[in-house]
Amino acid sequence: MLRAAAAADQLAILALARADSLPAFASDGVLSSSEVFSQQLVTGLSNGMIIALIAIGYTMVYGIVELINFAHGDLCMLGAFFALTAVGAFALEGAGGAGGTAGLVALLLATAAFCGALNWSINRLAYRPLRSASKLSLLVSAIGASFVLVNLGLFWGGLPMEVFAGGTSAAAPKAFPALVEPKPAFTVGDVIVSRPDVLVLAVTVPLMLALTWLVRFTKLGKAMRAVAQNPTAASLMGIDVERVIGATFFIGGALGGFATVVYSIYNQTVGFQMGYRMGMDAFIAAVLGGIGNLPGAVLGGLVIGVVRAMSDGYVEARWTNAIVFGLLILILVFRPSGLLGAKLREKV
Amino acid sequence: MSAAPLLRVANLKCAFGRAEVLHGVHLEVHAGEIVSLIGANGAGKSTTLMSISRIHRQATGCIEFDGRSIAGMAPEQVVRLGLVQVPEGRRIFPRLTVRENLEMGAFTRTDRAGIAEDIDRMCGMFPILRERAGQLGGTLSGGEQQMLAIARALMSRPRLLMMDEPSMGIAPLLVAQIFRTVRDVLRAQGVTILLVEQNANAALRMSDRAYVLETGNVALSGTGAELLRDERVRAAYLGH
Ligand SMILES: Nc1ncnc2c1ncn2[C@@H]1O[C@H](COP(=O)(O)OP(=O)(O)OP(=O)(O)O)[C@@H](O)[C@H]1O
Ligand SMILES: [Mg+2]
Repeated sequence: MLRAAAAADQLAILALARADSLPAFASDGVLSSSEVFSQQLVTGLSNGMIIALIAIGYTMVYGIVELINFAHGDLCMLGAFFALTAVGAFALEGAGGAGGTAGLVALLLATAAFCGALNWSINRLAYRPLRSASKLSLLVSAIGASFVLVNLGLFWGGLPMEVFAGGTSAAAPKAFPALVEPKPAFTVGDVIVSRPDVLVLAVTVPLMLALTWLVRFTKLGKAMRAVAQNPTAASLMGIDVERVIGATFFIGGALGGFATVVYSIYNQTVGFQMGYRMGMDAFIAAVLGGIGNLPGAVLGGLVIGVVRAMSDGYVEARWTNAIVFGLLILILVFRPSGLLGAKLREKV
Repeated sequence: MSAAPLLRVANLKCAFGRAEVLHGVHLEVHAGEIVSLIGANGAGKSTTLMSISRIHRQATGCIEFDGRSIAGMAPEQVVRLGLVQVPEGRRIFPRLTVRENLEMGAFTRTDRAGIAEDIDRMCGMFPILRERAGQLGGTLSGGEQQMLAIARALMSRPRLLMMDEPSMGIAPLLVAQIFRTVRDVLRAQGVTILLVEQNANAALRMSDRAYVLETGNVALSGTGAELLRDERVRAAYLGH
């Protein structure tokens, strides 16, 4: 299992170096340069919204326990395998019409519940016992949790056979069925907005609005902010701090679950190493926007998505990671607390 | 005074690492009383309150509220029983509005109408809170934050309110005003008070009884009037 983890790590780095490019509809047909731009923008915004939804999970957890939850991306990866297994078990593929839509909604909800429960359990087992320990111990525990999840993913998705010999092994990326077919939904000029693009918006926007409402107006949301700002005072108000932290992990995990289903349908491949890529993008997005800041996570996600798409389209896919990290460094140099991170930092 | 005390603390010990800070504190507060706890800096007053509120879970000894032991409880359970603290340094939620701060005070309650009514009552008691209702807690002045902290604690409808140095950093004139308001309102509602104060003179004057804490032990106790006359108290805490 240990060796598998090491292999996973190398693979992840390989995957990162290869920077598998996103599906670009711009490549077929003859498009004017402004249409290429618009087309890349659509792709970038869609991926950006997915990244944003994952980034919210990082930023919520950071806001409340000051932990960079390194297991978050791998949690999403396990969610993708859960979804893949569910699609097979309930024969969701090819079920069109109203039945297909109902199946997709059920898949989204089930995966969200799975990821939420898993994230809640990770907090319970790996983080809560370390609440009074140093932040470094907590971080190390998060990295450990990440390894455990990657190995579970390997187990679930198949053990590596010839991982470096051409990707034909069981652990190679698997095709995720196109539950929403990548056909144009509508066109604006010559720019195609595909049905998966619409799916992304239909899932992410309502969730972000619902989360905003929850955090701003509900009793739980206010308690989450209170715990983030002063846990001792929150205790003295009669708030069960650990319960609120657990709820935060559940919600952050569930959002990751929604995101991973949409990501898998949008990009049509899943693999045990995908958590690294998803986690890294979302982590950068959260830091870019100002970690602990919810609108910041969304803004950061959109920036990363668009920059990736533009780099893939105009530079070259292999430079994309360098450009994304370069941008992160640049922004942190000039705005160390991120784009929306204020002086008086708002957590959660 | 013959009835069982509302709060009974006996042999309370609390240590941080190897350093024991409380060496066996005894104190009692009866329903309807105002009791104060005075002592020098570092005597262990705040540690005593935090141990009673169960924030310092490592504290040992007997803590009984209304006849039942709360020594094994979680802090939120203690609040639900009606034993509530206004902590030292106020601990306002800086990025919640004044109104949201008050709502958090009522976290253990579910009666929406009653909560709204109580928020209104608090704003009547401290009119500045009504003016600042939509403003972030962190933008209030020190004195305003203290009023908010007291009002926030009262939102839970406590039976016993523990206040840790409510006068800290506040102009003497305002202190007198806050004390008077709080005493009158609480008396009217039958809320019992355990008050920790640096300002021994003011505290003893408004208290029925008082305890003097010295390096983790109760050195003296008596009625407010007795302690005001006591030579040792006069020398050490009243400055004459
Ligand atoms: N979390 C902690 N860790 C270590 N030592 C602590 C801790 N909290 C308090 N102490 C120590 O316990 C002693 C009592 O502190 P405490 O805050 O109870 O004093 P106090 O009587 O409230 O003083 P003051 O009037 O200054 O508020 C002090 O010596 C303090 O240094
Ligand atoms: Mg103190």
